[in-house]
Amino acid sequence: MISAPDVVAFTREEELEDELYSEPPLPEEYSVPLFPFASHGVNPWAKVASSKFTRDFILISEFSEQVGPQPLLTIPDDTKVSGTFDLNYFSLRIMSVDYQASFVGHPPGSAYPKLNFVEDSKVVLGDSKEGAFAYVHHLTLYDLEARGFVRPFCMAYISADEHKIMQQFQELSTEFSKASECLKTGNRKAFASELEKKLKDLDYTRTVLHNETEIQKKANDKGYYTTQAIEKANELASVEKSIIEHQDLLKQIRSYPYRKLKESDFHPYEPECLLDQANAGCDQDLTTSEPGETHLYAHVPSYTPKLIKAKSAKCFDKKLKTLEELCDIYFFTQTLDQLHQIERTFRGDVCYLLTDQISRALLKRQNITNFLFEEESFLDEKPPEKQYRGCQGLGQDVIDGKCLEESQAPKVVISLGSYKSSVECVPIKMEQEIEDSQEPKMTESITFEHQENLDYLDADIKGSISSGESIEVLGTEKSASGLTKSESQASLPVSPSPQTGRSKVGSRRTVSEDSIEVLSTCPSESLIPEDFKASYPSAINEEPYVDDEEGGLRFTPKLNLDDPDEQEDVAKPENLVQVDIDSACCIGKESPNFLEPLTDLGQKPCDEDGVVRIPPQPYRQAEQSLRRSFGGFPSHDGISGGLLPYDLDSRYLTGSREVSKNSLDECSDSTSYISSAASTCSDRTPSPAHPACSASERHKKKAGQNALRFIRQYPFAHPAIYSLLSGRTLIVLGEEEAIVKKLVTALSIFVPNCGVYTKPVKHWVTSPLHVVDFQKWKLIGLQRMASPAGVNVLHALSRYSRYVSILDADSKTLRCPLYKGTLVSRLADHRTQIKRGSTYYMHVQSILTQLCSKAFLFTFCHHLHLPISERETEESVVNRRMNFLKLQLGLANEDIKIVQYLAELLKLQYIQEPGQGGNPVLRFDYVPSFLYKI
Amino acid sequence: KSSVQTIGEEQIRNPYTELLVLNGHQDIVRFLVQIDDCRFASAGDDGIIFIWNAQTGEKLFELHGHTHKITAITPFSSSDASEEKIHLILTASADRTVIVWDCTSGRQVQKVSCFHSTVKCLTVLQRLDVWLSGGSDLCVWNRKLDLLCKTSHLTDADCYSLGNFPLTVWQHRLGELVIFRLIVSNDESESWNLLEVKRLVDHQDNILSLVSVNDFTFVTGSHVGELIVWDALDWTKQASECNFWDSSVHPDVQPEIKLSQSSNETSVQHLTSDEECVFAAVGKGIYVYNLQMKRVIACQRTAHDSSVLHIEKLPNTQLISCSEDGSVRIWELREKQQLPAELAPTGFFNMWGFGRANKQANQAAKKMQENTPMYILDLVGDLIGHSSAVQMFLYFGELGLATCSADHLVILWKDGERESRLRSLTLFQKLAQNGDL
Repeated sequence: MISAPDVVAFTREEELEDELYSEPPLPEEYSVPLFPFASHGVNPWAKVASSKFTRDFILISEFSEQVGPQPLLTIPDDTKVSGTFDLNYFSLRIMSVDYQASFVGHPPGSAYPKLNFVEDSKVVLGDSKEGAFAYVHHLTLYDLEARGFVRPFCMAYISADEHKIMQQFQELSTEFSKASECLKTGNRKAFASELEKKLKDLDYTRTVLHNETEIQKKANDKGYYTTQAIEKANELASVEKSIIEHQDLLKQIRSYPYRKLKESDFHPYEPECLLDQANAGCDQDLTTSEPGETHLYAHVPSYTPKLIKAKSAKCFDKKLKTLEELCDIYFFTQTLDQLHQIERTFRGDVCYLLTDQISRALLKRQNITNFLFEEESFLDEKPPEKQYRGCQGLGQDVIDGKCLEESQAPKVVISLGSYKSSVECVPIKMEQEIEDSQEPKMTESITFEHQENLDYLDADIKGSISSGESIEVLGTEKSASGLTKSESQASLPVSPSPQTGRSKVGSRRTVSEDSIEVLSTCPSESLIPEDFKASYPSAINEEPYVDDEEGGLRFTPKLNLDDPDEQEDVAKPENLVQVDIDSACCIGKESPNFLEPLTDLGQKPCDEDGVVRIPPQPYRQAEQSLRRSFGGFPSHDGISGGLLPYDLDSRYLTGSREVSKNSLDECSDSTSYISSAASTCSDRTPSPAHPACSASERHKKKAGQNALRFIRQYPFAHPAIYSLLSGRTLIVLGEEEAIVKKLVTALSIFVPNCGVYTKPVKHWVTSPLHVVDFQKWKLIGLQRMASPAGVNVLHALSRYSRYVSILDADSKTLRCPLYKGTLVSRLADHRTQIKRGSTYYMHVQSILTQLCSKAFLFTFCHHLHLPISERETEESVVNRRMNFLKLQLGLANEDIKIVQYLAELLKLQYIQEPGQGGNPVLRFDYVPSFLYKI
Repeated sequence: KSSVQTIGEEQIRNPYTELLVLNGHQDIVRFLVQIDDCRFASAGDDGIIFIWNAQTGEKLFELHGHTHKITAITPFSSSDASEEKIHLILTASADRTVIVWDCTSGRQVQKVSCFHSTVKCLTVLQRLDVWLSGGSDLCVWNRKLDLLCKTSHLTDADCYSLGNFPLTVWQHRLGELVIFRLIVSNDESESWNLLEVKRLVDHQDNILSLVSVNDFTFVTGSHVGELIVWDALDWTKQASECNFWDSSVHPDVQPEIKLSQSSNETSVQHLTSDEECVFAAVGKGIYVYNLQMKRVIACQRTAHDSSVLHIEKLPNTQLISCSEDGSVRIWELREKQQLPAELAPTGFFNMWGFGRANKQANQAAKKMQENTPMYILDLVGDLIGHSSAVQMFLYFGELGLATCSADHLVILWKDGERESRLRSLTLFQKLAQNGDL
């Protein structure tokens, strides 16, 4: 965690969790005037106070052919969430922007009805009147009884925060694509089985009709056909035609590439192959007549064939299938799980989300140091290749499909090429004013032309370039096709540099407040050649400027200087040499770009209230500001000094606190956790809030709270924390397990990890300790007992006293070496204004991260450890090393030992061979200990 | 009365600031032997022999073969100049076998199991390329494990070799020392013979330790605290010291107590020597006996809380001792400034380990003025890690110090500074290797 927001909105006071921290209220005349709307329970940071819903939610709507747009369900499924928000109206809004070329039925010149495999479209929509902004994901599902066999649906992520939608577009798009893919897979499965049943029915009907005709023929030898007989013959013919059509449809739906079994944890069901069976009755000649619409069977519960009447009921009489019925139940529940997960992931303020994402993005870059203080959940994340899995899956899917296509219909590649060129001629940006009904038509017509040329097998991709009133198309569909490598690289979908796209968005937004923005329609990810999967940019976490080869080192010694006076020191000529040497030995010295003026940060638009409106911009800017904050940090005495300007704890900023509280509780709701963990989508790309988050979040909060209490209660917190940071085992001795464990939990946030998988904290031990324990554990909770066994325990402690610091929880004493440094006082200031556990936790993490970077710099500067020339003595190297620590890193006294210890851990971790676990070494110093009392 | 000197937590001159615990043994670890520059073997009561890398602490081999505890272990390296050196170790066990192991492959090379009793000691005569086993009898073996010759049955004994001389000292019976000479007849028959040369009976009690100072001198120590310096040429007693427990230097100890304690307090557990001095671990104390001056020049009467089990002189002026109390101590032998004032305060200046009341000290100081050692043993540091008796240690120079103990552990003590430097070196090598530099 990089940053530590601790901004408390001046709206409520009773929320403060820390009962210890209660100050007498200020006299009325001195108090800060409250936010004017505070009485209404409105948060001053809420951007759109007019929104009628309290929190973000996901809405699934359908454009019903019978009743028009209608909302189907919301996630979370709670009427309180949407409040007075008009779901029906909003459904109309979001469904009206779907301009997918959902052509169905008979294309001209084609004999049979065709299924269109329409790709999803992704649209951002805003409605400032309602105070709602939405990411809308359109998709079509197949329904045998629907008009043209398709039913248009959409899933919308609705938020009051426009920025959130815009900032998180990529993430939302990725997540919703996965959910949509899951839903569609289930739908195809359901559709196929429906078709099979229908075929059986038809077959049966035909047999019956055939028999009847035969009987009639036999019964009537007059040589002419009765009208009855003719009718029967017509009926038979129509049934046979229907059979052929349905077989055709079945073939089409089956030709859609299913996910392969290797991704079976996502879609464990292999589609049943009943093709043979279905084909059994298919060797009839084709006859051309009107396709008979048969809509009788809303439900075919068994495979028992039934007689079908040729004439279908009126379209509006029938009951349309529900969403649940449209989809295989397994996939349906899984989709719902995914949507719930999305809701959980994106809830909260965009600041929080972005900060989290930035932290993660940055942490990934610090792969050498982040094992020290980061939680395992961060480190457990899959290696980057795997994180593209979702996209890879999609791509893989289609690649497989393509192979299939190619094997079956070689002409596909050519037609795809031409298809691409047709798409490219679509104008990138359509002006708001343009009545742009022509363009889409043009696109469609072009597409149709190709469509005609294509066999149904390659009908997968259908672009949807669309517009309505006031639609801005920022990026249109990119279609990388099966062309040569370089070409398709050039046309990779969605600009790989999010910054440019983003800034565009920002500038434009001011112009068109009430506009619908189409950020990008669905890129035909299906066609990305496998080679480019890794650079497919939809997983934004992985994306940040991987292009620059800056290495891990991000500081020049100069920037790392903390105190201004030290900077002056460096400026002195005799020290300049030193700087040069150091910069020469810095690995990442060729990264001067971070000294560039931070232009973006200059323009921070504020609205009338003076509230910063722009949430943290992703990646580069944020990182720059982060650097800035690093540079400026030590000059501030207080804790808040180094915080990012917009590091605001999201939970203070969401619509209301109750909501955030609720959400937190829900977050930790065990059932939901289990369900999401049990769902087979466990290998989905890690999102800012992955399932483990709720538990660790709670732990963070608790640990932070306990730590705060510790530093306020114990005046000797500093030497205790110093012990932990310098690798000297701290033993918390006490009679009561609960108290000891609480202290251990509190202190555990200061313990550097020795390796990736070992958190060297032992919460409770009752037996005497040995040297091995100190080698393994750096923080131990030890039981104090009155029994003879307890004497042994104490004896062992006094014997090994040189390796340990002992915190006596009962008598409130601490025995440990002296600490005179400055670092810990920043880390654990007992006068801190921080009140929340999670905030304090983040504060600690940010300082520890800073410390890590120092340790990294120290570890990886060649000349600090090895002589520059052969003749150089070890002594001069030691001098240089100490100079660096003192002057360049600004460390005083015992702080040096902390950095040295962290450096040793880094070295050990780096040189450790991957195969072996590595021997943990116990390092210690012969230093006297002192007894601290309260 | 705690007379043991303590040093406190600040030990500036103690280089060992890093330790590595080597787990593996399941019983008391009694022996450590060095194989080559960076490997050593440990063995003990669990009958397993481990071979370790002294630098990294990596466990190289785990040798299983003995069914009982190991009673003796010795390295047996081929001195063949033409081939590359083959590192073997011999181990003897209470299961009455001796096994030859190859340290490079970790395999058992050969096994001898024709002993009538447990082999208690193994000695290699490098120059003749033979080894001796001592138990109830003394046998001489060559590299191919052919029995060359053996003595008649005698009572329980240890064997020592005196340098590379074809001489074997064999301790018989209480305090009796039997010297054998190994005769090699160089005719075709290649007959070997052990010829009894001399029996030395000057010791009053069991001889516990023997060290050969050079080719002409060896020193023995007995259970009752006798230290005798022998001439290895004519087998005469050059000097002897038997007043380690002299009451004159223990004025405050009551005779009765002394008697009851004497057996433990004065037994010469271990001897080591450099060219000039013999260092004796006597009871809880350490004594430095100068061969030239023929007297104790420095002593630390209560160097440890209990018996000192092993001491060794380092190439520098330092001395390391380990004890049953589980600690290892590093001493420095340095010349004492002859300042009378320094004699008075006890406890601080390490003159006498027994801290007694000032008055007594003053009296004693006056009394023993001429008797005072010219050197003092200065406590430089102590290593606390084992929770039980430290049986033995092995000094690896720069690589550190390995200690083995009754708590089943082997601990590798290292110079933290050096290790840190080495790790940096490795780190940058790896960086260069990965092309990250």
